Amino acid sequence: MSLLGLTAVEAGKKIKASEVSVEEAVKEALTAIEKKEEKVNSFVTVDREGALKRAKEVQKGIEEGRYQGPLAGVPVAIKDNMCTEGLLTTCSSKILGNFIPTFSSEAVRNLERAGAVILGKTNMDEFAMGSTTETSFFGATKNPWNTEHVPGGSSGGSCAAVAAEECFYALGSDTGGSIRQPSSFCGVTGLKPTYGTVSRYGLIAYGSSLDQIGPVAKDVTDCAVILETIASHDKKDSTSVKREDYDFTSALKDDVKGLKIGIPRDYFGEGLDGDVKEAVLNAAKELEKKGAVLEEFDLSLVEYAIPAYYVIACAEASSNLARFDGVKYGYRTGEYDGLHSMYKKSRSEGFGAEVKRRIMLGSFVLSSGYYDAYYLKALRTKALIKQAFDKAFETYDVILGPAAPTTAPKLGESLSDPIKMYLGDIYTISVNLAGLPGISVPCGLDKKGLPIGVQLIGNCFEEKKIIRAAYAYEQTREFLHCTLAD
Amino acid sequence: MANVISDETIEYVGILAKLELSSEEKEAAKKDMGEMLDYIDKLNELDTSSVEPMSHVFPVHNVFREDEVTNGDGHEDALKNAPERKEDTFVVPKTIV
Repeated sequence: MSLLGLTAVEAGKKIKASEVSVEEAVKEALTAIEKKEEKVNSFVTVDREGALKRAKEVQKGIEEGRYQGPLAGVPVAIKDNMCTEGLLTTCSSKILGNFIPTFSSEAVRNLERAGAVILGKTNMDEFAMGSTTETSFFGATKNPWNTEHVPGGSSGGSCAAVAAEECFYALGSDTGGSIRQPSSFCGVTGLKPTYGTVSRYGLIAYGSSLDQIGPVAKDVTDCAVILETIASHDKKDSTSVKREDYDFTSALKDDVKGLKIGIPRDYFGEGLDGDVKEAVLNAAKELEKKGAVLEEFDLSLVEYAIPAYYVIACAEASSNLARFDGVKYGYRTGEYDGLHSMYKKSRSEGFGAEVKRRIMLGSFVLSSGYYDAYYLKALRTKALIKQAFDKAFETYDVILGPAAPTTAPKLGESLSDPIKMYLGDIYTISVNLAGLPGISVPCGLDKKGLPIGVQLIGNCFEEKKIIRAAYAYEQTREFLHCTLAD
Repeated sequence: MANVISDETIEYVGILAKLELSSEEKEAAKKDMGEMLDYIDKLNELDTSSVEPMSHVFPVHNVFREDEVTNGDGHEDALKNAPERKEDTFVVPKTIV
């Protein structure tokens, strides 16, 4: 097995033990990227020179004892909506096609303080708006399990890069399922933390009240270690929460005895693929064999989460994306007649169709006369959804269900019918509305050989419970490498 | 389609969104927005009359800090990505005629 077949923690151990140098790890990753990018297109930018230079610095730092953590020297890929100082950050949009940040996002800084080496920036749906990574201005990313299929989205580049073994791990962001759904489609493990756990400073905003950065990795251990590294209370993000504890790795225990797992009947109804249903319920049974207590229940309100989400996310997007005006950074149109024409033309030429669609909807629901009927109505619905989860967590430690209703669709099948595409987020979106943590763990393949993910949802600040359940489940199965991983 | 979006509405939303749509894009936007609003109208099935709108899941209030300078002079950084600059300013088209 190649070095890239190792998990991030395993690679970190080899580096620490001087069995592998940081430079070797980086070079292997760069070679894998070179070989596979033509097929997968996970990256928008590969920073070959920067990574090799940084590898030398980190190697020295490890030898001098400055970097002692488990991720020291391990190469990582970063979703292209997180600012990286001196390295192109596009959000997969034409409007930021030339944007070179002068600072790094806090999550990236936390990784760098732990000795991470950034390989490059991964492809995504433009401004994280999409479920397939097909809305990227830089072309679609392909699913490494079958390149005729999408990797999911919006963190499709990060998940495909981990699955194809072009990097050891990656960061993604999750606004409505953008870590968990592509993790499910690509057969990797992805965790969306409780809202406020990882600083959003330097994350280019989509829906600020929903956005969270999280790890994408080969296994649950990596996810816990990465989360422990990137999570912090940050004064630069006023929604950053000061948690009581930032220890997630102590939950890596193969012990679910007595853990109460709720299985929402509403997550297993119409629209759920048969293979997905079987694999997810089998995962639940494995946990039951280990002593967890399973119980079906009605979560309720599931069908209202998507419409509420699109109102809230688009409203916030229309406000957040107002900053792209061709004045301070990014694309400016070549010809214009006065200031307003410059604004309008820069934005219209710079944004893609899905982004414009969401900005238009968001502007509408916030406009005078519609604000109460749409925006406030959605916020009231959000409160009801949160109450439904609060009630469920009075009884259950963890909620278990699918991450997505199907496995990865074929390229080109989704974008023509937006509402159908939005329905694919039905099991992930309410978790963002309620601010909860969720993890997607691979639990098998469908008849076409495409990966399926089981989602474990926890109450706010109870990452440890989902990490424990996910870890215990993971011990019952072998890791499946995709064909492109070699 | 229950929600019919008029040309005037699309025109108005285009002004709010600072987007200039081609006539084809306008027609597509009318259809898309109508369909989305039909779908969003599903929320009206819920009685939310006694529910307060929830903007944040945690009781987060204004977060204050002392007004102390912690960063240095960042003006060169701020201007670094400007599409057009003149000395220490961003250049925009003439706004006062």
